Order: sequence, then structure tokens, then C-alpha cells
Amino acid sequence: MDDASAAHPREVDPEALTARVAGFVAHLRLNDFAVGPAETATALELLAGIDGCDPREVRLGFKSLLAGRKEEWERFDDLFEAYWHGRGRLRRRSATSFRDPRSPSRSGLWLRHLPPPSAGIGERAELSGAGGEGGGDEGDDEARGRGRLVPSRRSSLARKDLRHVADPAELAEAERIAGDLARAMRHRVSRRYRNASRAPRLDLRRTVRRNLGRGGEPIDLVRRRRRDRPVRIVVLLDVSGSMEQYSRFFLQFVKGLVGSWVESDAYVFHTRLVRVTGALRDRDPVRAMSRLSLLAQGFGGGTRIAESLGVFNDRYARAALNRRSVVMILSDGYDTGDASARSMSREMRRLRGRARRIVWLNPLLGWRGYEPVARAMAAALPHVDRFAAAHTLEALAALEGELSRL
Amino acid sequence: MENGGAARPDGLTPSETLKAGALKARLASVGYIAGDALAMALHLALRLGRPLLVEGEAGVGKTEVAKALAAVTGARLIRLQCYEGLDAASAIYEWNYQRQLLAIKAREHDESPDETEDRIFSERYLLRRPLLEAITEDEAPVLLIDEIDRADEEFEAYLLEVLSDFQVSVPELGTIRAKTVPHVILTANGTRDLSDALRRRCLYAWVEFPEPERELAILRARAPGAGDRLAGQVIRFIDALRREDLEKKPGVAETLDWVAALLDLGVESLAGDPESIRASLVCLLKTRSDRDAITPEVLARIADRAAA
Repeated sequence: MDDASAAHPREVDPEALTARVAGFVAHLRLNDFAVGPAETATALELLAGIDGCDPREVRLGFKSLLAGRKEEWERFDDLFEAYWHGRGRLRRRSATSFRDPRSPSRSGLWLRHLPPPSAGIGERAELSGAGGEGGGDEGDDEARGRGRLVPSRRSSLARKDLRHVADPAELAEAERIAGDLARAMRHRVSRRYRNASRAPRLDLRRTVRRNLGRGGEPIDLVRRRRRDRPVRIVVLLDVSGSMEQYSRFFLQFVKGLVGSWVESDAYVFHTRLVRVTGALRDRDPVRAMSRLSLLAQGFGGGTRIAESLGVFNDRYARAALNRRSVVMILSDGYDTGDASARSMSREMRRLRGRARRIVWLNPLLGWRGYEPVARAMAAALPHVDRFAAAHTLEALAALEGELSRL
Repeated sequence: MENGGAARPDGLTPSETLKAGALKARLASVGYIAGDALAMALHLALRLGRPLLVEGEAGVGKTEVAKALAAVTGARLIRLQCYEGLDAASAIYEWNYQRQLLAIKAREHDESPDETEDRIFSERYLLRRPLLEAITEDEAPVLLIDEIDRADEEFEAYLLEVLSDFQVSVPELGTIRAKTVPHVILTANGTRDLSDALRRRCLYAWVEFPEPERELAILRARAPGAGDRLAGQVIRFIDALRREDLEKKPGVAETLDWVAALLDLGVESLAGDPESIRASLVCLLKTRSDRDAITPEVLARIADRAAA
């Protein structure tokens, strides 16, 4: 914005200025900013309060008004530049959140900024390379279905199509059990209070109120106790090649958990970690599955458990976990990365520090004679509160009693 | 704005509030060195009468923003520290039950129960908590709502209501409207994702660790005792330390603590005094794994480079 030829708002007539600012807000909205007409009005009001001649001032002012979170704050300068100067290419947001674009109609004003429909593949390649948030917004049809069952060290490029479910009845059963489990884990003491006839704390406000008619003698005591608050469930599901036979089934289980539990959060990982809560919550099952398969590019490749946990700890843990959180890891513990047992142990310790409990469900544990010899698994075990089998529906259902005591 | 009618004495003349640069200079005069983006956000928050949400890592000076703003505008600073389970009774108001009970006991014989009720549910018996206090001040105060992301969603929703209407209703007493609209600063550092509604209600600023030049300016303003040579070395050292893979990166407050410690130990240069540096690292590294990560070799490398 050092350019003197910048679109200067006061040089144009008010109507054109309004249209131009409204266009800018629409341009931001298209890039997933949560802004609307109210912001347009404030933006116009704001122009009167700052030095409108100075493009830098205008940019900083708009930024403070129109950006509402860190990602928006960071992307704002580019978007501002693209709109007011027509410079640089307009970048679509990389699916960090799955809000539906609210305005699918494209106005002519910024049409020229849009990348041609074929663009975006390169962008996504760069995204997945950066171990980022997952798939983009439009799908490439490249090599659909290729690369199944290839436990390679590299993320396999192909996507698995998750729409073909194995046995609908069994999957429905998994979803039901997951719902039961979620309900079993419902309660956890909180610091909020509710009325209760036998409880240690007096509710003075209500006591005074009730006894006014008796001259204020506190005869009827109103008591209150801590209200139960639900636990928060965070699931990390391993969808790597070695978990191939289980991952579809577990995904349904996780879907049941996330669907029946408000305070839950789900992530899948193989060589990278992706948040899938939004996709799993989608009420339209077809759209949910296509969103998932977009996210699931590379399903069935190798596993880097320690690295994935590291990404979770660095990026998501602070927002996703609190002292009411139970972390549930569904994995066989086979790590194809170069991560040493030490880094596994370190990441598990960090996770331990933030969560209330860690439950590790390992499908292999149900196998006769299984010993957790996988290096990563052995390193993780000391930090796990509960290590349980999860190879059959019965094994999952048996968890209910266990989890209700958390 | 909804409360355009309410008086808003902010201690600044109109010509002074016109430029964000002027505000930045005034903040600097009370020892707060703000970046341009933050100065603009604060300026607009004052101009538009909107709350400002400040986010950033721990230790970038989010809480200090409010203190500096209070110092600049000459307003009172009212602080509400949020925590999980914070409820209306500790954030907005509470009745003073002990006094109410005493008043009931001591009531006159000819007073009817209704009159007693009116008397004990009057403002005299109301304990004002920060939010109510902030909207009933005669002069607009600075209201700091610290770490809003630690409070529950329910409280956030309630806060949103207070912040858009600037009024509080007490069932026994009626609605209390704001005499003046406070300057509201909210801080958050990502414990929980905040609602879109709250974000839309607020102006926003993301604060980074200060770049070396700005941190040097902060050091000059807050720790004038450190000589130019030591200050420069400290800034380079801290900058290098933040690039290391640490769990908890040292913030500005840590830098200032460390300089105070170095001055106390009589250190004039980081070169050739590894013992004192090692001893004073407690000011900068606050977890065990971070202390383990900065081995004597790493420390010597960073210190040598900073002293060069």
C-alpha cells in the first residue's frame, strides 16, 4: 500500500464509494470472512474517522474492523491488495473450516480476480505437502481409488472412496454403540451450581427471598451444589494402511460419537493429521462422505503417529482440550515414520499434560498372544490411562462401564 | 452505535483522536510501544465506541494494552479476570446477603414486609461486580475483560448482551443503563474458540512478539538502566531464543524481568559471563523441558552470537 495511485475513497462520489466498499466486503465474504452489510456500514463510518487519504491507514483500519480471527488477520493484506489494486491473485481459503460459502453468486466486480477453474491443484499439492489442514474446495479426479493398501512412507496421492460401506447393519450398530458410550461418559463435576435439597453450600440469595415473610429468620434453607458438566471427547483415529480393515468401521464409530455428543472433536491421521469434526457433523450423509473423502486423500498410506500427535499438540490441543477432556486414540501403534520412541514419549507426555484422561483403543490387542511390541506403542503406554481392545463390537460395548467411571 | 447518545469523555481533544499516530505517540509516552496495526485498532475502538478483541501468544503485552490505554485517557481501569465457571454473581452483581439479613432483623415494627423488601432490594444492598461497576461510572472507564476464552460459552453469550446494550437488568431492581460507555478491551489466547457473534461485535487485533527494533524501544522505555550495549545484546539474544523450539517462548515481560536480573547481577555484557546468564535463565525459561532444551552449548552459541 505504498502506491500513491491507490483507489482513494474521497475522490469518488459517495454512491460509487459505497458500492466499492460493499464490493470489498463481499469479496472478503467470498473468502470465508464472517462479514456482512453491518460491517459495510461501519466501514463507511470508519472512513470518516481516519485519514482516508492514506491507503495504509485505510488498510489498517479495515483490517481491525473486518478481520475477526488470526487466519483472517494474516490473509487480510493480500485480499486488500487484490481488491483495491487488482494486484496478486485472489486465493480461496484452504478448507480450515467447513462453513458453507453463503453467497454462491459471483458478482462481476471481482470476477477477474478468480483463478481459472483448472487452477487450484497446484495450490492443494502445496497444502498437503505442508502437512496442513487437508483437502481443498474443489476435487481433482486424479487417480481415484489408486494406491489402496500401499503402506508406503509417502502419503499416497489417491483418495479412498468412503461411500462404499461394508455392511450397513454392522455400521449402524457401531454408530449406536458409540452413542451409548458417549452418554455413559456424560458427567463430570463442574464449578457451576444448581439447587439441591441436600448439598453443602447455601444459596443465600434464594434463602433471603424465601424467608422474607418470616421476618428474615432463615428457616427454610436453600442449598445448591455443583452442576454436572459433560466431559469433552476428543478422538484421534488412525486411518493408515495397517489399520485398513478397521478404519471404515471406526470412522462410523467416531461419527456416532461426534453426532451424539456436542462437546466432541474428531481428527484422523496417517502421515498427517486432519480435523474432521465438521465433515462428520454434516447432516447430509452424501455430502458428509464426499467431504470426508476429500479430506481423506492419502488414506491407507503409512503412519507417523508421533508426528501427527505433535501437529495436534502444536496446533489444536490448546483449543481442543481442557481439564474435562478425554482423549481417545484409535490406533494399532505401528509407526512407519523415523520418529524415535523418545519423540513419541515426549508428545504423549505433552498430551497428558493437557487432557484429563487418555484412552488408547487398539484393535490388535484383541488378537491372541498380542504384545505391544511396536516401538511407538511401547513408548506411549506409560502415558495411557486405559489401554483396551477394540477389535469387535462387543469389545467396544464393554468399554461403556469403564468409561462411565472416568 | 447503539449508545451514540451516551457521553463519552475520553480525555482527548477531537484533533488528537483523529490520527492513530497521535495515539501511538501518547501510548509511547506512558511506556507502551504499540505496533501500527494495534494503534489503529485502539484508535478506532475509541472513535467508534466498540469493544476491541486483542489476541496473541502469552507474553506479547495484551493486558498491558488496557493499562496503557487507561493511563493515556486518564480513565479508571476495571479488570475482570475470566475463568471456567465464572458466573453472573461474580461478574455482574450480587446482593449483600449479610447486610440484608441484618436489615431484616433490625426492621422497625411499623414497617410492612413489602416495605422491608423494597428497602433491602435497593442499590444500597447491591454489590457491584466489574461489569456493573464499569457501566455505572460517571467517567467512562477502561474495562479489561482478561482471557475471555477461559470463561464458558454461557458467560460469553451474556457478555455479548451487556456489550451490545450496555445495560444490566436486576430482577428485583429493574434495568440499570450505562451512564457512560466504557472502553472495552477483551483479551484471548486460544484456550477455546470464541463465537462468531462475539468476534463480529468487536474490533480485532492480533499481536505478535515485537520485532527487535520495537522490543528495543520497549526496553529503553521500561528499563532505562540498561546501557545501549547490553540492551542490544539482550534483544538479539531473546530474538534467537524465540527461534529455538521451545514450549513456552519468552514474552516481553520475561525480557524485562531478565534485564532487571542481569542488572542486579552486575552484568554489563553477555560476552564472557556464562555463569550469570545461566543463573538468570529462570526468568526466561519456565518449563523443565525448555530448560533441558537449552543446553550450555546452545546457550553459549546464542550468547556469543548476540554479543558479537
